[in-house]
Amino acid sequence: MEATVVETGTEGKTWGGGNRPLKASYGKLMMWFFILSDALTFSGFLAAYGFSRYKFIDSWPIADEVFNHFPFLHGVDAPMYYVALMTFILIFSSVTMVLAVDAGHQMKKNKVVFYMFLTLIGGIVFLGSQAWEWKNFIQGTYGAVETKAGRILQFEDAQGKRVGLSDIALETSQRETLERSSGLWFTGEEETLSTYTIEDIKTGFAANENLFVRIQKLDEKGHPIVLNREESIATLNSDAVRVVEGANLHRNEYGHPLFGNFFFFITGFHGFHVFTGVLINLIIFFNILLGTYERRGSYEMVEKVGLYWHFVDLVWVFVFTFFYLV
Amino acid sequence: MAHGATHESSVKRIWYVFTLLSIATIVEVVLGIIKPQFLVETKFLSMKLLNWIFIILTIYKAYYITWAFMHMEGETKGLRRSVVWTAVFLIAYLCFILLIEGDYIYEVYKSGFVKYNF
Repeated sequence: MEATVVETGTEGKTWGGGNRPLKASYGKLMMWFFILSDALTFSGFLAAYGFSRYKFIDSWPIADEVFNHFPFLHGVDAPMYYVALMTFILIFSSVTMVLAVDAGHQMKKNKVVFYMFLTLIGGIVFLGSQAWEWKNFIQGTYGAVETKAGRILQFEDAQGKRVGLSDIALETSQRETLERSSGLWFTGEEETLSTYTIEDIKTGFAANENLFVRIQKLDEKGHPIVLNREESIATLNSDAVRVVEGANLHRNEYGHPLFGNFFFFITGFHGFHVFTGVLINLIIFFNILLGTYERRGSYEMVEKVGLYWHFVDLVWVFVFTFFYLV
Repeated sequence: MAHGATHESSVKRIWYVFTLLSIATIVEVVLGIIKPQFLVETKFLSMKLLNWIFIILTIYKAYYITWAFMHMEGETKGLRRSVVWTAVFLIAYLCFILLIEGDYIYEVYKSGFVKYNF
């Protein structure tokens, strides 16, 4: 029996089959469409971040105050420098990647190896930097207290400089973590004990005239509102329920919990992409060393992973803008 | 190889694009640190001028990464459009809907339905 349809009447036309209208190989096309769908995923995340930010526009944490660490500069306020450095590392590894692709076009194996190696190093350094950034974020700097409504209260002195919990607290009582050995019916502590209890903070705050409470609400100029001394004491005594140090998925000392959640989720998802990118680059790197592409007569595989690597860089450019700058 | 002939110009272009990207990033960081009063206080379409500058520079960088590094400029018109237009229209739509909605909820909160600190 003959097939039902043999002739379509479109032979010889652009989309009639048998030719490549987009003049790209199957693998490259699929990489482009994967990148497109991944770009939509990331923009979904970033748009959701924008949604929450607009929703709490008058109380969102200020990025400069959150990300102001730099390696070996303890206690120095260095907003943005570190993340700018990370951006440069990633852009530079994108440059070495495109140089590797370029060398591949000319079938210069040793050059491809060299540039791929640099790309790998760049990716690994970036991942390390991100781990350091997370560490600082999770650890926190000053600490804060949380109110019944889940709002964050921070502290500063008369000069407007932030004050850490360790400079405020007056120890009123010692509370130790309950251990299995000292309990008959041990069910475990619900949460990690904070360094200071809320009573320590309240006592210490009342004793020091030079302390003020800063709430998360922003004034018209975008600065957090600082309460006067009486309001500070009143708010602290009536509302504060918990000491918050650093950040986790439930609360963070920088402000709205959503800020921490989005930070972990978006930079984490991006970091995961960088991680898989490094893995894929590593596999390709070994293939180059083994001469696979030399025998194949084409370094197109390097080009395809290059597309992915540039995409990761592209996403970071947006994450950088929306998390750290805007 | 056919690509060999264009080698010199290609490497030059890569470094040229790298310079552009670096300058854009440095401008962003410097503006982000000093935050000029004028740019923070002036608003355009209810967004700070400074943020507009950041977003435009970001799109400028994204353009160069896609066109030069991902070699979109060398692809056919069909491929270019099916990737870029799809992304641009869907993302613009998503941002439009979500940001307007976020701002609306903010207004609802602000007009007293939820107390700031209860």
